Amino acid sequence: MTKVPSTMSWRTGDNIASRPWRGRVRDYDLFKELTIGVVVVGLLVLGLSAIFSSPDDPGVTLKSWAAAAPADFVATATAELGGSSGTAGYGPPYNSTPDASQHLGFFNPQELSGVRLAIDTANDFVINPLKTQSTQLPAVAVWTAATADQQAKWAANYSAALAAAPDGDPAQVAKGSYGPVPALAGALLGMARSGNLDGVLQNSGQPYNLNYTPTILFLGDGSYFPSLAAAAHLTGDQWGVMNETGNTPGQSWLWLFSLFYQIEPFKSSPNADILVVSTMLVLSLLLTLFPFIPGLRSLPRKIPIHRLIWKDYYGQR
Amino acid sequence: MSTVKESSPDPELAGTGAYTWTGKSRQWFLRHLPPEKLLPEDQPSYVASWAYVFGMGAVAGLIFIIGSGVVLSLNGPQWYHVSSLGHFTNSVHLWSVELFFMFMVVHLWIKFWMAAWRGGRLLTWITGMLAFLVSIVTAFTGYLLQTNFDSQWIAFEAKDALNAVGIGAWFNVANLGQIFMWHIMLLPLAVGAVVALHVVLVRAHGVVPPLDAAATDAQLRDSTAGAQDPEVKPS
Repeated sequence: MTKVPSTMSWRTGDNIASRPWRGRVRDYDLFKELTIGVVVVGLLVLGLSAIFSSPDDPGVTLKSWAAAAPADFVATATAELGGSSGTAGYGPPYNSTPDASQHLGFFNPQELSGVRLAIDTANDFVINPLKTQSTQLPAVAVWTAATADQQAKWAANYSAALAAAPDGDPAQVAKGSYGPVPALAGALLGMARSGNLDGVLQNSGQPYNLNYTPTILFLGDGSYFPSLAAAAHLTGDQWGVMNETGNTPGQSWLWLFSLFYQIEPFKSSPNADILVVSTMLVLSLLLTLFPFIPGLRSLPRKIPIHRLIWKDYYGQR
Repeated sequence: MSTVKESSPDPELAGTGAYTWTGKSRQWFLRHLPPEKLLPEDQPSYVASWAYVFGMGAVAGLIFIIGSGVVLSLNGPQWYHVSSLGHFTNSVHLWSVELFFMFMVVHLWIKFWMAAWRGGRLLTWITGMLAFLVSIVTAFTGYLLQTNFDSQWIAFEAKDALNAVGIGAWFNVANLGQIFMWHIMLLPLAVGAVVALHVVLVRAHGVVPPLDAAATDAQLRDSTAGAQDPEVKPS
């Protein structure tokens, strides 16, 4: 009995994999198997749901941030005013900060997409919300009348002074040239504490709004929100992409995506995101087109796991 | 007004009724996927391994994902925060997703080691991979719809990867309206279509035989002698 090694090619040819099956068959009931599958998986799903439930940690609001970490809130509001926050220096799609976008050599899709979700952090996060208040703050008029250079100087001075103060406490800041910044940041803190800022920042003056971009970016510019994520093992350096709050499994299928963020050269690259996404796209394409790659597609023959899968077949022939 | 049917100019099609696009399509489907292939009552004798249950397991998982997802979407994304039935439905949605991925990944790797693309099954492999990749994006949008701390943080973290490749404005992870649309309509349609095509292709091409199988193998021979397995029967 001569065994002809079967081709690993995807092409149809004169071989046993390509011909309609003419050998022996066994009984098979597709609908019965589907029914059994649905019942077994259904029992598993209901059992797991009943035992482990699902996590639902309440979201963070600007109000809860202002109450829990007022100093961090004031420092963040000051950074938004001075254009030194993460969002202010992000680049597209939020603003056109020079040299802020990620690129692969000359290929810069972030820049190509343009500023599509324009955010001016000083106005959108601080000044415009304060303008919605019934009592107009004199500090707002002082700020808007000043030159951009003067505004940046005031904000930078106050940011430095907050960083030097014990616990970043605005009440313990040394005297200096801060212009209207302490009043603006303090008023915004008051708005946040009362819960007004959440509504104002989120609805952007419209009765309907499903877009939470301003709130989430503002929260992320502070330290409080990321510290909560770190405590819940959700940050990038904690493989957070594949984690969930609590002990519930998250998107564990993203393990490889998450792994790249933990290793060089991705880890410390300023272009980490575009590098990791590109690598994952290439690897996914490679696996999808695996049958086209001679040599590589013979791997299943060289590592004979198929002998385990078809143990009965190989054992009986 | 009456129409007169003229015979087809193609002699091969004469008498088949297949002189319209519809008729030709019917012929094509019947040739590639006759009813006995679509809904078979038997399978090649080598289709006898625990390895074959994972594909069906993934389909069963998908059924529970769609069922629980329909209930969740009909009640709106915040219902499950305030209703115990809603929370349980959310748990069913989560765990059916976890099982769906577990079954699908095992199925994928088993098919990889079987080299299941052999013998004209290329499109079956590619649609399987597509189903996996589109499911990953769909699940990701589901995590963004939780409207809780986890979804806030995922939105903040994930925006960087999407912005870096230039699609952050159209796939804005912090825009609940956009993500809701992706998660309950566009992506489920894509997953459903790709999985349906994958299953139809599996039926059309049949299950790939073992590597180095030969028609002379005892288990495969068209013979009634020596059959050990009572389920195995001659074709």
